[in-house]
Amino acid sequence: MRRWLDDLPKYADDSSWWPKGTKRCRPEVFLIWLGLPLTLLAYFSVGAVLCLALGLNQTNMNDYFAFGVWIVVDLAVIALGAGAFFTSFLNYIVGKTELKPIVNAAVLIGFICYVGAILMLGIDIGQPIRGWFGFWHANVHSMLTEVMFCITTYAIVLTIELLPSVLDNKRISRVPEFGTFSHNLHTIMIVFAAAGTFLSFFHQGSLGGMFGVLYARPFAARGGLGIWPWTFFLFIMSAIAVGPSFTTMVVMITEKISGRKLTKHSVKMLMGKISGWLLVVYMVFKSADTLWWAYIKLPAAGLTLDSMYQAPYGFWLLWVEIGLCGWLPALMLVQEKIRASYGWMFVAMLLACIGITLNRFVFTIQSLALPVLPFEKFYSYLPSWQEWGIASLVLGFGLLVFMLAYRYLPIFPQEPELND
Amino acid sequence: MVIDLDKCTGCGACSVACMSENNIGVLHNETDKIRSITWMRVYQIDNGKAFPDTEVAFIPRPCMHCQGGKSGTPGQAFFQEGPMDEAAHPPCVSVCPATATDYDEDTGIVSQIPTRCIGCRYCVAACPYHARYFNWYDVPWPKGSPRALSPFVSPRMRGVVEKCTFCFQRYQAARNKAMVSGGEVGEMDYQTACTEACPSGAITFGQLQNPEHKVHKLISSDYTFRLLERLHTNPKVYYMSKREWVRKMADNYVTRHNKFAQAAAQSGH
Repeated sequence: MRRWLDDLPKYADDSSWWPKGTKRCRPEVFLIWLGLPLTLLAYFSVGAVLCLALGLNQTNMNDYFAFGVWIVVDLAVIALGAGAFFTSFLNYIVGKTELKPIVNAAVLIGFICYVGAILMLGIDIGQPIRGWFGFWHANVHSMLTEVMFCITTYAIVLTIELLPSVLDNKRISRVPEFGTFSHNLHTIMIVFAAAGTFLSFFHQGSLGGMFGVLYARPFAARGGLGIWPWTFFLFIMSAIAVGPSFTTMVVMITEKISGRKLTKHSVKMLMGKISGWLLVVYMVFKSADTLWWAYIKLPAAGLTLDSMYQAPYGFWLLWVEIGLCGWLPALMLVQEKIRASYGWMFVAMLLACIGITLNRFVFTIQSLALPVLPFEKFYSYLPSWQEWGIASLVLGFGLLVFMLAYRYLPIFPQEPELND
Repeated sequence: MVIDLDKCTGCGACSVACMSENNIGVLHNETDKIRSITWMRVYQIDNGKAFPDTEVAFIPRPCMHCQGGKSGTPGQAFFQEGPMDEAAHPPCVSVCPATATDYDEDTGIVSQIPTRCIGCRYCVAACPYHARYFNWYDVPWPKGSPRALSPFVSPRMRGVVEKCTFCFQRYQAARNKAMVSGGEVGEMDYQTACTEACPSGAITFGQLQNPEHKVHKLISSDYTFRLLERLHTNPKVYYMSKREWVRKMADNYVTRHNKFAQAAAQSGH
């Protein structure tokens, strides 16, 4: 295969655009790699055209499952993309400069997750042309209003945070104006890091609050502090716990695919340590919340925990979320021995990311699946192929942007010295 | 509204009248009940016993026009404790990001503004009664049928949520009439289409807090209950049945004392 590729004629040489001191594959090989995200984006386009032209009847959602796989993916990627704001916060505001070599990657991944989520939400609403009503006719009491404002403004902040990496491209930075602009952006980046932290903190919480305030949906409803249900705080904690894990995982996967070292293992270990301890804190609160919900909240409403877990959404979901993909990765990541091992750290981070995705899944799907009226039927839901097409946008768009960024932008400042 | 389940025969006249009054379209496939639109849906329940002890009841279910908030005590409620405890707080209203639904403190009606709705379906997720419907399809109005539509209710477009409004257009007409005549809206001046259509007189409509109105007397009966009282949605639709299994099936385990405390805090229709 490699020989065949080597024999291909050289049509173009883009090496002058590569980051300083790095090597990338030949353009022809890169084009072949691009086939993967482009295929996913083509699949997305078919689903998007069908849903926009014919309506959301192309999905398998219905009046019982008002939310489907798109909301699950949205919530999951926004949680996983939280590495952007939290790593920026630690680097620029707390002064944890050891994280500097991974901040660019975290911001890039955050940008992909947020922009992907916003694009998907544009199709998820029944009247996409009225999307701006949420800003114009904003209902200040709605958690969703806050989510709409914050994810949109935070996507803009992420774009600004990403801009210096684009302007630092070897060729672009030769233009003096761009170089100066980039330098000035670097000096004020702390302002955007602070803005991003503020915005992200609130919408991560509001995404959780969205479910906690559904007081007539016993699976999701929670008490809370003031106007904020406990899920508000749990979603923030879980997002900042797994965000660094997801960022590190993506870097590790890129290292394996490209065959190049991108950041020192000590940086990854630090990310793992942050993730691990935050996950422990989150799991303490999550376990307490679950116990309180099971033994106090549900009985107060005349319900039992058993009634909340019905096939196919049985108790196994709870054990997998809290045990296998909650406490286990938390306890793994706080151990230095585990973090020192490339493979074990990856496994722990993967479990943590699955756990949080599962958490978003149960809050979205299981909350709606359980009939509340005693004489109501139980319905199940499986997404249609059009829904999977639109859900694949995040992956397709993410791969495309990440591949282009890895090839042309100085995302990993330690790469040249690590691969000398 | 009070619905006497012992009088309801499940004939569906209320649903049909509602569809006609409120310009609800008929879809190509009306057997797909989790996507079709029925503001007034009639559920069938039974006591689970074998013949000859089988008993059947029908539960017509319009929008409950929940008041939320004021019901029960905050400590007992499945409800966010906080400053909003004092205000009306239906499950579906505060969640709407675009203010496309509202609670009218005068009438107690939960409104819906389809032209404002962005179709996020958050309110559909919030409603435990499944009283909110999303327009998954364009309504295939047969040729000529739009001429038979009511001019007082706008048909809804694909991609928005709609629900029972307690025939709000009828309230507007009654209010206008009262304004011209200088009087007040009387009990019989404002009746919903389903109330008028019910052949067995199972549905009674009026102002819950007005001692002159029949519904006010009916809700103080020992046999009235509401759906999902424990969740403290504080609905304005009451049901009546002398059959205990029917009342239990509706999840009515709230004590008699609490029921009257909640009814006293109720307002509107």
